[in-house]
Amino acid sequence: MEFSLQARGEKIDMKNTSVRKRGLIFIAIGWALLIIGDRVDDLALSQGALVATYALAIASIILLTGYSGQLSLGHSALMAVGAYAAALSTNNLGLSPEIALVVAAFVTGLFGLILGFGVARLSGPYLAGTTLALAVSLPTIANQFAILGGEQGVAFDIGLPPARFGEEFSQYKWFFWICALAALIMIWLISNVLASRYGRIFRALRDNSVAASLSGINVGRLKVMAFALSAGVAGLAGGLLVMLISGVSPSAFPLSLSFSLLTGAVVTGVYNLKGVMLGGLILVAIPEIAESVVSRIGGSEGFTVALPGFLVSALLILAVVFTPNGPGHLLHKKKH
Amino acid sequence: MSLVVENLTIDHGAIRAIDNVSFTVPAGQLAAVIGANGAGKTTLLRTLSGLKESKSGSATWNGKSILGVRPEDLARSGIMHVSDGKSVISELTVKDNLALSGLWRKDKKDVAKATEEVIEIFPILGQRLGQISGSLSGGERQMLAIGRALIARPKLLLLDEPSLGLAPLIIEQIFQTIKSFVKKMDLTVVLVEQNAVGALKIADEGVVLNLGSVVAVDSAANLLNDPVVRSAYLGF
Amino acid sequence: MNQFVTAVLTSLSSGAIYALMSISLVLVWRSTRVVNFAQAGQAVLTTFIGYEVTVRSGSYWIGLIAAVISGAVVGAIIDRFFMRPIFKRVKSGPIVMIAPVVATLGLLGLIQAIIGFIWGFTYVSIEAPVSTDGYNLFGTVVAFSPFNLMVLVVVTIAMLLLTLLFQKTNVGLALRASAFSPEIARLSGIRVDAVRTLGWAIAGAAGGLAGMLYVPGSYLHPNAMDVLLVFGFIAAVIGGLDSLFGAVAGAMILGFAVNFATSYISYKLVFLTAFALLITVLLVKPNGVFSSSKGRKD
Repeated sequence: MEFSLQARGEKIDMKNTSVRKRGLIFIAIGWALLIIGDRVDDLALSQGALVATYALAIASIILLTGYSGQLSLGHSALMAVGAYAAALSTNNLGLSPEIALVVAAFVTGLFGLILGFGVARLSGPYLAGTTLALAVSLPTIANQFAILGGEQGVAFDIGLPPARFGEEFSQYKWFFWICALAALIMIWLISNVLASRYGRIFRALRDNSVAASLSGINVGRLKVMAFALSAGVAGLAGGLLVMLISGVSPSAFPLSLSFSLLTGAVVTGVYNLKGVMLGGLILVAIPEIAESVVSRIGGSEGFTVALPGFLVSALLILAVVFTPNGPGHLLHKKKH
Repeated sequence: MSLVVENLTIDHGAIRAIDNVSFTVPAGQLAAVIGANGAGKTTLLRTLSGLKESKSGSATWNGKSILGVRPEDLARSGIMHVSDGKSVISELTVKDNLALSGLWRKDKKDVAKATEEVIEIFPILGQRLGQISGSLSGGERQMLAIGRALIARPKLLLLDEPSLGLAPLIIEQIFQTIKSFVKKMDLTVVLVEQNAVGALKIADEGVVLNLGSVVAVDSAANLLNDPVVRSAYLGF
Repeated sequence: MNQFVTAVLTSLSSGAIYALMSISLVLVWRSTRVVNFAQAGQAVLTTFIGYEVTVRSGSYWIGLIAAVISGAVVGAIIDRFFMRPIFKRVKSGPIVMIAPVVATLGLLGLIQAIIGFIWGFTYVSIEAPVSTDGYNLFGTVVAFSPFNLMVLVVVTIAMLLLTLLFQKTNVGLALRASAFSPEIARLSGIRVDAVRTLGWAIAGAAGGLAGMLYVPGSYLHPNAMDVLLVFGFIAAVIGGLDSLFGAVAGAMILGFAVNFATSYISYKLVFLTAFALLITVLLVKPNGVFSSSKGRKD
């Protein structure tokens, strides 16, 4: 089975050139964001930071589901793990906020490693259900341990931007820089991994795990690895999110977040990373759209609260039905 | 009342499984469709019974097209397909398996009568009514599958390799049984078989397929005696 | 002794409710090979309908019947007009495996949002038809009330009816055959699609019943059945997704494990116990405790 040469419209890699090319693209994007960051107001900056954070979280879903074929509904819980890890590192361990973010990624990655061992042999609905159980139970479990601050949660303060950036440099710009940079670097790293041999192996795993294992691929080990990686990324995103909202509490990571992330991934194409930015944008845009709809046509409180969730779910269903393989495939006339 | 297949073409993924096949089975006759593995025989039957779509061509029974019709609707109109291998629901008892064909029929008395007749044809089933079908031997399973089809009082019977995996003695028994009830019930039968000799011996006519195309259509007797067919497909 | 008896009784009554959810999930799994996550939403929706009927008619029992019937109708509608078209559309590509699951998740969110539109997010409650005060046993008050007993009785009756349906009727045979082998069922003339819709209707009815039995002890709101869904799922996994008997047995095992852990160790252990049990079963006997070892491929 020639997985490495599978011609699903993909070019055969000339590895070194591609890495360089990708690096250049990311640097270009980084510069563009920097310039944009200087020109927009604080509101746009904080939204931009949120977009970057969500994009990163969606990337973690794509890594897991699109590439290793494991469906997880528990990423809201994973983000929460990262969030609590970051918050506790600064508060209880006195680490600097930047290090705290790294800790968040590692701790969640470790958690994902352990969890991955548990669920590696599961597939489809079993995996979905187990991760669902995790997501549903997490707020309650978080509530029960005093060190996690109960209902109120734990505060997290990343501190003011360094003085050398001058007085004009607002808190929100600082947030934006951190989130955008973190997201950019991580996504670049992930895309490198996915373009490498590992990416092909992952895809082989996703498409036909029986054939993959017959080709000598250690399916179990890979699945666990994918899970750990995905968790680490999600944990980092969780740390970033908690920085944006200045603290973590059990209610900040509800089950609906998992759904939103999944929707963002499916809508923009769960099989490659190209759409994560768009996915992040959609997730940030939906509450805004909902708000403007409500202000225009009015509605009960129930309507207001439920509208974003309705939009996300409707979007998910439409995406699954009409563009199940990602919008890119709509443009491909050839059948696979 | 006959089965008329005309220029039937069926694709299986990227492979043309059946290519421009035509043959006719007059009412009350038993046609054996033989050919090597991969000749497309099973695909042909699955299309005739509605489990698979065809690409082009036609197939009619009594003048009405049977292509593109749901399997359950074809079954209800008297066309029964006994597929190869797993044609029996292992988790159900023999009695329940037999009952499946009669579930939709309104005339419950006739269903009971038909069941009795089937047990007469295959007495072993009567002894094993309460047994879980998964524990039956290969031959018994085949009898159960055929018996279940007969309870629906079909007019057209599509049999897919009933001899597969069975001991020679049982194969002989099954073929003889098929020949006798086909006569008695005035059935039209398409019998797909790899066991070409056994099939041709009980058939009225034969269709020889190779890689999806018809190689020969003739009376069974002629095919049995044809030296080319014999050496290529019958092994003697 | 008192504590033990209480724990047993509460285990039975929670197990009974989990059993309804797990039966519902197993029914759909067996006929459609999908875990219907939307069941949580369906159950809440039908319970809200039951609530409205109860309030207007003044009778809990009429509300219960309304919930069960609407559960059946909603279940059938979802299969016929949502799942079937999706299965038709999504036939190729790697997403085939997860598309139906993702679709039910989307449906869950959709239903919960619609419930939010209509009834808002405030908590509502349904009054139980019998007392929810604990019985007086051996001189002390036990955490088991006439209502808990009623739940046990109702669920037992429901189980008996379901068993009768599946094992002794023609419809039940058609349901079983279609679940075991849709192809053989079709070739026997069984209208498998219609039968499957019936399966979803029964599953929906079970969910509606579960909701009406669950809410009087707690509150009704769009997310009220999320936990019950998870517990129903865990119960179904423990028993083996393929077996209705396993669904009930798994639910009882879960009920006992959770109730004994919270009763004897700490009330905080509800989720951890359930989760630990789930992971243990998945690691040791992934096809469920009661399934035959030749587990079916999922």
